[in-house]
Amino acid sequence: MNKFDKEQILHTSGVNVLKCMRCGKCSATCPSYDEMEYHPHQFVYMVEKGDIEKLMASKSIYKCLSCYACVERCPRGVEPAKVVEAVRLQVIRRQGANHLTPDDIPALLDEDLPQQAIVTAMRKYSK
Amino acid sequence: MQRIGVFVCWCGSNIAATVDVSAVSEALSHEPGVVFSTNYQYMCSEAGQNLIKDAVREHKLTGVVICSCSPRMHEMTFRKAVASTGLNPYMVEIANIREQCSWIHKDKAAATEKAIILGRAAIAKVHLNAPLTAGQSPVTKRALVIGGGIAGIQTALDIADAGFEVDIVEKQPTIGGKMTQIDKTFPTLDCAACILTPKMVDCAQNEKINIFAYSEVEEVKGFVGNFHVKINKKARYVDTTKCTGCGECTEKCPMKKIPNEFNLGLDNRRAIYIPFAQAVPKVATIDPDHCNMLKNGKCGLCAKVCSAGAIDYKQKDETIEREYGAIVVATGYNPIKLDQYDEFAYSQSPDVVSSLEFERLTNAAGPTGGTLLRPSDGKHPHTLVFVQCVGSRCSQEGKGKSYCSKICCMYTAKHAMLTREKYPDTEVYVFYIDVRSPGKNYDEFYRRAVEDYGVHYVKGMVGKVTPRSDGKLMVQASDLLAGEQMHIEADMVVLAAAIEPDKSARPLATMLTASMDTNDFFTEAHAKLRPVESPTAGIFLSGACQGPKDIPDTVAQAGAAASKVIGLLCKDQLTCNPCVAHADQLMCNGCSSCEKVCPYGAITYEDKEFRMPDRTTAIRRVASVNEAVCQGCGACTVACPSGAMDLKGFSNSQIMAEVDAICKM
Amino acid sequence: MQDVKTFRPKIVAFCCNWCSYAGADLAGTNRLNYPADVKIIRVPCSCRVNPMFILRAFQRGADGVILCGCHPGDCHYSTGNYYARRRMTLLFSMLDYLGIEKERTRVEWVSAAEGAKFAATMNEFVETVRQLGPNKRLEDLRCKK
Repeated sequence: MNKFDKEQILHTSGVNVLKCMRCGKCSATCPSYDEMEYHPHQFVYMVEKGDIEKLMASKSIYKCLSCYACVERCPRGVEPAKVVEAVRLQVIRRQGANHLTPDDIPALLDEDLPQQAIVTAMRKYSK
Repeated sequence: MQRIGVFVCWCGSNIAATVDVSAVSEALSHEPGVVFSTNYQYMCSEAGQNLIKDAVREHKLTGVVICSCSPRMHEMTFRKAVASTGLNPYMVEIANIREQCSWIHKDKAAATEKAIILGRAAIAKVHLNAPLTAGQSPVTKRALVIGGGIAGIQTALDIADAGFEVDIVEKQPTIGGKMTQIDKTFPTLDCAACILTPKMVDCAQNEKINIFAYSEVEEVKGFVGNFHVKINKKARYVDTTKCTGCGECTEKCPMKKIPNEFNLGLDNRRAIYIPFAQAVPKVATIDPDHCNMLKNGKCGLCAKVCSAGAIDYKQKDETIEREYGAIVVATGYNPIKLDQYDEFAYSQSPDVVSSLEFERLTNAAGPTGGTLLRPSDGKHPHTLVFVQCVGSRCSQEGKGKSYCSKICCMYTAKHAMLTREKYPDTEVYVFYIDVRSPGKNYDEFYRRAVEDYGVHYVKGMVGKVTPRSDGKLMVQASDLLAGEQMHIEADMVVLAAAIEPDKSARPLATMLTASMDTNDFFTEAHAKLRPVESPTAGIFLSGACQGPKDIPDTVAQAGAAASKVIGLLCKDQLTCNPCVAHADQLMCNGCSSCEKVCPYGAITYEDKEFRMPDRTTAIRRVASVNEAVCQGCGACTVACPSGAMDLKGFSNSQIMAEVDAICKM
Repeated sequence: MQDVKTFRPKIVAFCCNWCSYAGADLAGTNRLNYPADVKIIRVPCSCRVNPMFILRAFQRGADGVILCGCHPGDCHYSTGNYYARRRMTLLFSMLDYLGIEKERTRVEWVSAAEGAKFAATMNEFVETVRQLGPNKRLEDLRCKK
């Protein structure tokens, strides 16, 4: 049980994982389910258990599209996508460095790159 | 000065764990007028009551203060105990140190201090208590049942069986309710119509039962034993005394394309219709929104074909006014609307149906004659997906109901089982969160669906249903135990919709001044001990209007409600609440302020002769309260400018004494 | 002047027997905490509460008074809570004029099923009054023993 990381994740995500009634609708609705090693409902359950090392080591945290379908459909208002994002942030914070800073952006700018991709990248790769 | 006894209850550890009971009884023993103070483990037990009775006799007590649970719980118990000693029962006051002290506080010192203050307030009040005698009021020996579903029918039959008159008010053209739409009933698979329709006929034939179908309650006045109710009997445009129910008119009516409510819009009916063959009363009804004759004055075909001459286009709504002693609410439930669940494609594909629609599709009297066919193309479905908990157990405001709808697990098991039994070539999937099957032979029934009929129960939920152009429904779901996402090509998807109280319940509750919970289910007087009574005296609850219920539970509750009604109607006189208003006529200046605010018309004015200070006499107009009519709300006491009006049991001086005791710390 | 941290206000709550008193019982049954400073007086209906009672409470040193009744339309006696609402609106504005802050007085509708709302209301009300400090304006020092 990784208490420190669990508390950090709960704090940054603002999610109460105890609200989950384990129906699995988040995973049922997830479009990148097959890409993920751990699925949305497992994120919620494993964070509740404090089983966080496995999640942080998994590539699943980068496979989440942040489409928020799970957040929209969850009947209990648990917001699994926010948990996934919080785990991702926890990895970045532990590494002690952002993968992407605002200063890096001008050099990376590409005319064909949609604006939203930059926003998403910022969200995924920096704290 | 009163001689007061104080009795502090431990309530086992419920009070004693957070309140130092001996400190409370010790502190209160020093209050003025207190001659006896003690504490005991369970005051409400026989030993505890005897302790009180003995103390009243031994110490010649004139007032009793009990520090215990809420007066809503045991006030009557203690009043009865005290009355058996000869002391007036209204000399008892209760300090609520359980619900409003020990259970909500953790700090023992603070809770003890508060308990002492609450005790002091009760002592201060009891000092000013006066013996009260309850009046009597007569009981009208007739009951009203609102709602003619299985709950209302059973209640009415049981009350009539005891020899009392019962009126059933049903807003639909026929009694029978939701059960008429159901095909088979779990867990025995009896045909619903076979067990319901005889009861409907019994209702119609029972001379004690009077059915007001196609009617609604418009106004309720009065109180327990003496309700005065206005019922609006809507115009059917058919003389019910002449109509034989032959159905000739319903064949000839040219307005053919009106969605049939009985089959949930899966087929059509005419503008003049009989909801179904076994309807009670079996008479035709004209739908005024669609009838050409009523709308435009053209047609009149039904009147021409009616050999009984029953059609009356000029019929008007009729108001019936009747007196009742008791009212039973049996307004039932409805499945919620599914339009907002886009992910299940309910409004996009006709092959995504609710469970009640599925019920009609498998019913021999339904639109397909009992053969399971897809609503879109009329073909036989091979793969069916059942989704549970649609809108139930949802904590998201506006997206569904927070409660479990209770009946869905079992009827889904029934649907799945019957589908597999009739059509062994089908594949049936049931997606569940939990299977809830507590009940006699319920779990065995669900296991039979799995073990004997090969229904695929999958722990998980459906996330998305996408209708494909070839008519298939792509179901994307999670299988949590296998840890995989499933993609099923289904022919039909059946949604187990949450159930909610009927929309008519809320305005009815307001009329009856009966309380409701946040979900619009009627509240019972006590969750465990008084489950079929409303907190409002004389109002009883039957069936799903009180909470989701299956048929066995509904019938059991209906019988229980009936027995409570019979218990009430058996009495010739009811003991009134003696805590009623009282006018001090010497102080009354005859201003009529009280008369204007009284919701019951309990205050009248009379001319009375008074001796004046100068030894002359004068006739003055003064208020007088009819104690049998007054309900004791106290609105008049505040309106009275001269302070002549007071409420017995909650007098100005008593409440003021409580305020003083609480503020004096 | 008492410290805000240690100040424990005296709160008198008038609760209608049919809704809020039952709501308070439900809060107890569900073990929902609220401060012990709140003391409840049971009245048959919110319309039984004479403005005099509230004045008396302030005179005797109460720091806040709350009146709880049934939701509009749900009064056990049909119209009692409407009378209460009108009377209290007038009384509270008069009290405000006298220097009793509006936050010290409140009317709240709590049904028999709203135990959680009762506890939340009390927690919030006590905290508001605690921040305001003791009521000095109307307290009659002669009433102190």
